[in-house]
Order: sequence, then structure tokens, then C-alpha cells
Amino acid sequence: MLVYFIRRLVNVVAMLLVVSAVTFGIFFMVPKLTGSDPALLYVGKIADKAAIEGIRHKMGLDKSIIEQYFLFLKGLFVGRDYSTGVDVTHCSAPCFGYSFKTEQEVWPLLLDRLGVTASLAAGAAVLWLVFGTLTGVVSALKRRTLLDRFTMTTALAGVSLPIYFTGMISIAIFVHQLGWFPNGYVELAKDPVAWFQNLVLPWVTLAFLYAATYARLTRATLLEVLGEDYIRTARAKGLGERTVIGKHAMRSTLTPILTVFGMDLGGLIGGAVLTETTYNFRGLGYEAVAAISASDLPVIMGVTLFAGFFIILANLLVDVLYAVVDPRVRLA
Amino acid sequence: MSKTQNSTATSALSVPSAEGPEGFLTVRDLRVHFPTDDGLVKSVDGLNFSLEKGKTLGIVGESGSGKSVTSLSIMGLHRMGTKRGAPKISGEVWLDGEELISADPDRVRKLRGQKMAMIFQDPLTAMHPYYTVGQQIIEGYRAHHPGTSKKEARTRAIEMLDRVGIPQPDKRVDGYPHEFSGGMRQRAMIAMALVNDPSLLIADEPTTALDVTVQAQILDLIRDLQKEFGSAVIIITHDLGVVAELADDILVMYGGKCIEKGPAAQLFESPEHPYTWGLLGSMPRLDRELQERLIPVKGTPPSLINVPSGCAFHPRCPYAELTGGRSTSELPVLAEAGPKHFAACHIPAADRHRIFTDEIAPRL
Repeated sequence: MLVYFIRRLVNVVAMLLVVSAVTFGIFFMVPKLTGSDPALLYVGKIADKAAIEGIRHKMGLDKSIIEQYFLFLKGLFVGRDYSTGVDVTHCSAPCFGYSFKTEQEVWPLLLDRLGVTASLAAGAAVLWLVFGTLTGVVSALKRRTLLDRFTMTTALAGVSLPIYFTGMISIAIFVHQLGWFPNGYVELAKDPVAWFQNLVLPWVTLAFLYAATYARLTRATLLEVLGEDYIRTARAKGLGERTVIGKHAMRSTLTPILTVFGMDLGGLIGGAVLTETTYNFRGLGYEAVAAISASDLPVIMGVTLFAGFFIILANLLVDVLYAVVDPRVRLA
Repeated sequence: MSKTQNSTATSALSVPSAEGPEGFLTVRDLRVHFPTDDGLVKSVDGLNFSLEKGKTLGIVGESGSGKSVTSLSIMGLHRMGTKRGAPKISGEVWLDGEELISADPDRVRKLRGQKMAMIFQDPLTAMHPYYTVGQQIIEGYRAHHPGTSKKEARTRAIEMLDRVGIPQPDKRVDGYPHEFSGGMRQRAMIAMALVNDPSLLIADEPTTALDVTVQAQILDLIRDLQKEFGSAVIIITHDLGVVAELADDILVMYGGKCIEKGPAAQLFESPEHPYTWGLLGSMPRLDRELQERLIPVKGTPPSLINVPSGCAFHPRCPYAELTGGRSTSELPVLAEAGPKHFAACHIPAADRHRIFTDEIAPRL
């Protein structure tokens, strides 16, 4: 178990290195090939040649791409000094560099944005997990009834309607027409009540999309599990339907849901791009979009690595949890 | 004949009368019909038998002959419906003076696992992979003994595992089904079924998923346990060899109906129905030195939606022409062919006996 865990951790680091190398390659090499100059992006429009050269040297952009990559890695683990020869700026680990646009350090920016995205993802996750699986269970147990058809049609709509559509509609109705909810993000530490109020609408919108998938998955899995021999055995033992469904069938049904949930949550914490953009929340997804449109390479690097980290971490957690849930999975 | 049973022993089978149950378990005119898009599937169509405590009945037939559906209907497990949807069940099932088909589902649930228990074919899929063997036995015990503590139930589970011959039961009780070998798993399954001392045990193909070497051990175990607990046992199988050693009576099913039934010794000594001959001919025998090739029953089992007219076996019956056309037009009924021995066949008895002694018996 411990050996397995250590091996997986090494794996995580290796995966992150690959992700960082590929991302670095794409975002730092492509401008070079297309002729646009990262240094130029950093200094802005009004700059003389000397200033550009100075920046190029300071950011290490005059070095080879390989060297730049290792400097970047070094920055991540031990920090990095940016020196023009005269003044030295120290960027402590983990150093993702400075935003081209705002000249701020990327790491504190990421941490700040993470709070927004995590608030959004966590609340929505609770909602969709509870309502999605519950709906799926009810639908499976009442299969082929009107209720089943109604919920599954709603679920189909949920899967099919994009966030920017349901989000826009909900803003139009609940924020502007009815005025039930305010719009915009308020930090939890600042005002917990406002934090909650402002998040309700995005939570519901985001959860609707995911709950629909979970309801369909739960329904299909539970129906399959109910056909298993061991369910018949449980009934043959004279157990009540409540125990048969609630204990025997649900335990098996939750396993695939756990897998999907881990991945979804991991992916979402890396940035709920559409939801954040629709509701104008400055989270990781919003920042990613802004950084891409501004060619803000260090921020893009940071967000991508950050998202990659959460997805890989979620995968690891799912694998470990899987072994806890299913005794047949041996971690070795 | 390797069978050691005394042929004069009292039979558990008897003809059902019009009223009141005559056996510990009495099944009367049981019909289980599944409505499907293609039509009505008559899995079981008018089945009668009865069984006494301490006796073993073997129900034999091919896949789709209705033998498993029969057992699930007795257990009341078909009410929940299956993948094919909920069936229409009619007829009567009397267990110890109580009618089950019309009984309250909750009443039947309480009997299930307590008064009647079941062993399934494949113990790997029949046990929940996420719970330990002990947990699954304890759960079955506590479901019918609400007052007992987990500790008491656990002691009982270990006792049962020990009884069915699982070594180190105090350790294996915490093992998961996948950690058991096939034979041990089936033993654990039997322990689970017997934990509440049921008076009716139904074993649905209990050895089919097992190694040949283990099969005999499991059958011995079932026999020993029956002697010990004195319960009524139904063994469902497609293999006459399995019931030859074990059953007091045998009931042969074909196309959802009983086509021959009687005391095991009689049925093996002088089988009456051509289908039973076919089953006997396709059974490998070790007690004969010179054996010809196994003779399979030609053709395929009948469709249960469009059951052949008259005798359902007539398209496969090599002697159908001896019935003078009755085999296609008239449904054969069970007729007495010997003491407590019944067969449903149109072929005149004299012809049947001649064919059996001249053609069939020498090949068996």
C-alpha cells in the first residue's frame, strides 16, 4: 500500500513534468516561430530597443528554449532571481514568473483565483452529487413510469443545454427581473452571507449540467446492478427491499460514480471556464480566458499547470478510494 | 445401476388432490408466464409436485425448460420482476400449510432465508464482492433473529463455516468471496443458506460452476447436511448424474411442463419418456466399461412462445410416428406408468417398453 502510494506520487511528479514541458513548449516556442516576441508583449507598445533587450535579458528570453524551461522548473522548486545586471528581483518558490500584463507575480494570483473557483466547484459538487444520484435512484426504481420519463427528459435537457445558455437565462430572470440574487463574487472571509447569496445561482446552474449526467449514470448503473446475482441472493436471504437497494445495490452503484466524480471535481477546480465567464467570477477559468486573449504566457503556464495538478491529484485520490471501496482492487 | 436406494422406500411424490396440501411442499398447477414484445413466454405451464421433509427431489431439464423459474417462483423471487419484466404467476405453492403465491409479499420475505433457502449456481457472482463472507452470513442470520448481537451472529457464522467444512473458519469469516476457491465459495454459500436452519433448501445447479473434483464433495456435503437437519431439498440440474446419487424422486421438465416423474430408482431402471431416454443416453457413465459414444438429444429446446402443438417434444422425438398422429394434435397428460411413476407420452405403453428394452437399454 505504502509502496503503491510512493510509486503513484512519483508518477504524479512525472506527469506534471510532462504537462509543464508540453505547455512550456507550446506557449513559448509558438510565439518564437510565428515571429511575435514575448519580450515585446511584456514591455508594451511604447518601448525603445534597449528596454526590450533589457527585459529579454531579465526574463531570460535570450537563452535557448531548453535553458528557459529549466530556469522555469528551477523557479518552481527553489525560486528564481530576475536580474538586469543592476537591480535584482527575487521571485520565491514556487515561482511561475510575472504576468506580462499586470507585472504581478503569477503564484499569488493563482491562489487568489483558486478561492473563487473552489467555492464555485465545491458547492455545485455537493448539489449535483446529492440531487443527481437521488434522481437517478428514484428514476431507476420507478423505471418506465411517468416520473422516470419526466426526470430522464429533464436530464437530457440538462446534458444538452450549455452553461452560457442556462446561465444567461437564469441571470436574466433571477438577477435582473426578479432581483432575487445579486451578481458578482464576494469573498467568503469578507461576508459569508453575501458569498452564499451570490453563489447560489452559479451553483445551481453548474450543478444542473452535472446532475443530469449523474442521474443518467446512476440510473443505468443501478438498473444493471439490480440484475446482478448477488442482489437476488440478498433477496433470497429475506432482506427487506430497503436493505437490498440501500446497502447491497447502492454500494456497487456508487463505485463508478465515485470515479467520475473525482475526475469532474478535479477538472472543475482547474477552472470552470464557462460558468465563471457567464457569471463574471474572476476564478481560474476566467483568468485563463483573459490570459489567452492577452497572450499573457506566464499566467497561461500557471493556470494550465495548476489545472493539470488538480486533475492528476483527483485521479490519484480516486484510485486510492477505489481500493477502499472495492476489496478486489489490490494496491500493489 | 449404482444407486443404492431401496426402491420400496416411500416416495415423496404423490398425485396432488383437489384440496389441501398433501406434502410439506406442494406445488399445484404452477404457471409462470412472462409477457414480452414477441408474445407470452410460458416458462412454467401447469406444474404439480409435492415433497416431504427429509426427502430430496431432483428437477431435471435442459436450459429453458423452466426449472430455475420454478424454484424462483417458490421462493417468491419472481415478484420483483426480472430483466424480462414481471411475470404472471398463477397456481398454488403450499409450504408447511401456508399458501405462498397469494400470500402477502412481506410474509413471503420473512419465510425466505428462514424457512426456505436457496443455493445458486455460481457462488462468485451470487455473493456480494464488497462484503466479507462473514458479513453476508451474519446479515442473513440477523435479518431473521432481530434480537441477536453482531457478536452472537458472528459466532454463529463461524460455526456454520466450520460445519460446511471450511478450514480455519474464524479466519476465513473475514475473507472476501474472491479470496475463496470455487469449492470453498460454494461451501460458504451453503453455510449462508443454512444459517437459519431452513426446512426447505433449493439448490439451483449447485455444482455446475465447479470443478469436477469439487462437485462430488459439494453433493456429499448437501446430502450430509440434509440428513443432519432433516430438511426437504430440491436439486435443480441439467445433469442426471448429479441427482442419480442424491435424489429420492426425479421430475423431468420439458418446455415448462413435467413430462415424467417418479422415484429415482424407477426412473433410472425403467424410464418411460423418450426425452428421459435421451437424457440418460447423453449422460457419461463411469460404471460401464464398454460405452458407445454419448447420444445427444437431437434438435433444440422448444420455443416457449410458440410451443409445438400436441406433445412439445414431438419435433425431436424419434418415435413420434408411433403415436398415430396424436403427438401433433393432442396434449399428452401424465399417466401412471408404475408405482408413483408418471409419464406424459402418447406412444402406446407396449411399444415404449419394447423400444426401451430392445433399443435403448443396451446402449445405456
